[in-house]
Amino acid sequence: MDNKIVEKIQFSENVVKLIINSPYIARSRKAGHFVIVRVDEEGERIPLTIAGSHPENGTIMLVIQRVGVSSAKLCDLNVGDTILDIVGPLGEATKIHKVGTILACGGGVGVAPMLPIVEAFKEAGNRVISIIAARTKDLIILEDEIRKHSDEVVIMTDDGSYGNKGLVTKGIEDIVAKEKINEAIVIGPAIMMKFAALTTKKHNIPTQASLNTIMVDGTGMCGACRVSVGGQTKFVCVDGPEFDAHLVDFDEMIERLGAYKDQEIIAHEKHEHKCKSKHQ
Amino acid sequence: MDILDYLKEERNKDWRKNLRSQIKTKDRTKTKKVKMPEENPDIRNTNNIEVNSGLTKEQALLEASRCIDCANPTCITGCPVGINIPKFIKNIESGDFLAAAATLKETNSLPAVCGRVCPQEIQCEEQCFYTTKLKLPPVAIGYLERFAADFEQNSGEISVPQVAEKNNIKIAVIGGGPAGLATATDLIKFGYDVTVFEALHEIGGVLKYGIPEFRLPNTIVDVEINNLKQMGVKFITNFIVGKTASFDDLRKEGFKAFFVASGAGLPNFMNIPGENFINIFSSNEYLTRVNLMNAANDNFDTPVFSGENVAIIGGGNTAMDSVRMAKRLGAKRAMIVYRRSREEMPARVEEVKHAIEEGIEFLNLHNPIEYFADEKRRVKSMKLQKMELGEPDDSGRRRPVPIEGAIEEIDVDTVVVAVGVSPNPLIPRSLSDLEVSKWGTIIVNDDMQSSIEDIFAGGDIVRGGATVILAMGDGRKAAIGINKYIKQKIKK
Repeated sequence: MDNKIVEKIQFSENVVKLIINSPYIARSRKAGHFVIVRVDEEGERIPLTIAGSHPENGTIMLVIQRVGVSSAKLCDLNVGDTILDIVGPLGEATKIHKVGTILACGGGVGVAPMLPIVEAFKEAGNRVISIIAARTKDLIILEDEIRKHSDEVVIMTDDGSYGNKGLVTKGIEDIVAKEKINEAIVIGPAIMMKFAALTTKKHNIPTQASLNTIMVDGTGMCGACRVSVGGQTKFVCVDGPEFDAHLVDFDEMIERLGAYKDQEIIAHEKHEHKCKSKHQ
Repeated sequence: MDILDYLKEERNKDWRKNLRSQIKTKDRTKTKKVKMPEENPDIRNTNNIEVNSGLTKEQALLEASRCIDCANPTCITGCPVGINIPKFIKNIESGDFLAAAATLKETNSLPAVCGRVCPQEIQCEEQCFYTTKLKLPPVAIGYLERFAADFEQNSGEISVPQVAEKNNIKIAVIGGGPAGLATATDLIKFGYDVTVFEALHEIGGVLKYGIPEFRLPNTIVDVEINNLKQMGVKFITNFIVGKTASFDDLRKEGFKAFFVASGAGLPNFMNIPGENFINIFSSNEYLTRVNLMNAANDNFDTPVFSGENVAIIGGGNTAMDSVRMAKRLGAKRAMIVYRRSREEMPARVEEVKHAIEEGIEFLNLHNPIEYFADEKRRVKSMKLQKMELGEPDDSGRRRPVPIEGAIEEIDVDTVVVAVGVSPNPLIPRSLSDLEVSKWGTIIVNDDMQSSIEDIFAGGDIVRGGATVILAMGDGRKAAIGINKYIKQKIKK
């Protein structure tokens, strides 16, 4: 379990794929699981959903988007570097079963954790339709991999620079108009999941959402990740990360995700400043 | 040898007899109980310095001389790990502080920790001859334990307890908190090959993430853990048994028995309106951010929010730790909100005393019933129901009952909920055959053995939320249980 980075691929300016040595997790992880990562001694513990693994090689795949100090530190690591702490796999695995036709909607880097779920549903004998949505062409990731495990793939970009122009909700509407969907899964930014869920609800499609909230330990200990689901408080780390998307209080979740916004901005500026002065 | 015979034999040694003859019992009982030196409350509530600074050598010698070395030392019956209390205290009296520390380590792997955080007033000191018969303040057993342990830590001559010859039988201890460390110590002494698997990135459990620096410095814990490493205990962090690898995986790797001490890691909330507003935390989150993640230190990435008007809900030790932490993080008002009166608070008397000195406010007989937030969903006030005491309940304490119509609203910008914890669900969920209670605690027999024969359990995962020392007592019992189980297996 040496947590060494063996491969790094820059998907876009701010999105990075890391292949990391982690033999135990590579063997035990299932679709839907996440890990908690602490990059160095001063680092935070942050949750990252596992995008895939190679049990024989003992590696796991993580896809990271640069948003704050912790993700920036991760994105700046290179092949040969080691992540100080990785623990997992955490959370409940996705309930994979044969239902007929599955609609998988991934937004932005949410496509990464969606990949193993798409793979597993396909393997279970379902027809899988995937929507990959992003703001612009550069932010569309893992298209080939998703295609490999889907019967049909629809690309949506907000600006129309690739695939169809429009939001994920338009993609859902277009597909629902064409054929019957038995179940849906949505993964991505909270706001995207909120509206995707509203759309599937309109069509009575049972939908799971994979939530990525603030966590500290990731094992049920702190409760930072709590969300309201159907009026009940749940812990994303041990009860989730997947919940009935039609019951999740996304507005509350979005506000809670911003709990440390002020501190994050200050920390980010400080980090950028530190990096710059290091390079000079 | 029978424990009573052992105590008698030790007591009859010449040096003990000599000590007893040097001062008359009557004169010993005339000496006043020592007072623990403390940091100035107005200064300490702005920093993280340990509040109790420890007895001086002179104080320790004098206090040790109060102990009359009873023929029937009832104090030991109050100790969950069965420390030979008179022996260590008499070693202090004779000036052999290292021997005192070695005595502690015969049965207690974390004496510097226990000397600080044990509730001695309801354990050994409650059973002390002074308390039971003389109706005088007891011998300060806790202070003396800390003195001896600290002396050893600072001496540079830390003794490593003897371990039996290696038997190469692998045992897995799950959880690096007090229960796990206690089991690991005894099992390594018996000769087993012991590996402790810890979910977090640091060993120590609640000693690291929960109890603050001003009550238990992390360096103290680390010295004790190092001692275990020197005895041969292996530690693996970032490893969740049942998740990272299954019990079966570890059985295949040769582990012959397991001790589950995964703790009570699931914070309770009250399920009242507004409890998920921003800046309402569990005490676990609040304390973990500061203690484990160093959030109050600018050089660390983990943030913590702690405002000017901080309310802590609850009256236990964790509530006291949280409220005193809030004060240190700059709160103008750091308040305890507790539904019973001050007398019924489960916190240690010493913690309450320290909190009062540090300027903590106590809103006793108040119960939160709703939170309100600003436009950004940040908590801004709370509605409190005033209570009065009614008839005694199951716990023997008078039940708090709402006073109809007596409701007030106070401004708060931070709330810490410290109303207890539930057992961590990870391990029970990973073992479908494991028998658990309706509260989620693991059910064990007198040997601490669960419904699965090679899995033993103890500490908060069995008790559902107790003290460091009770967890350690469980750990010691489980070590004996595991040893018995393995011996029987080998015979077959």
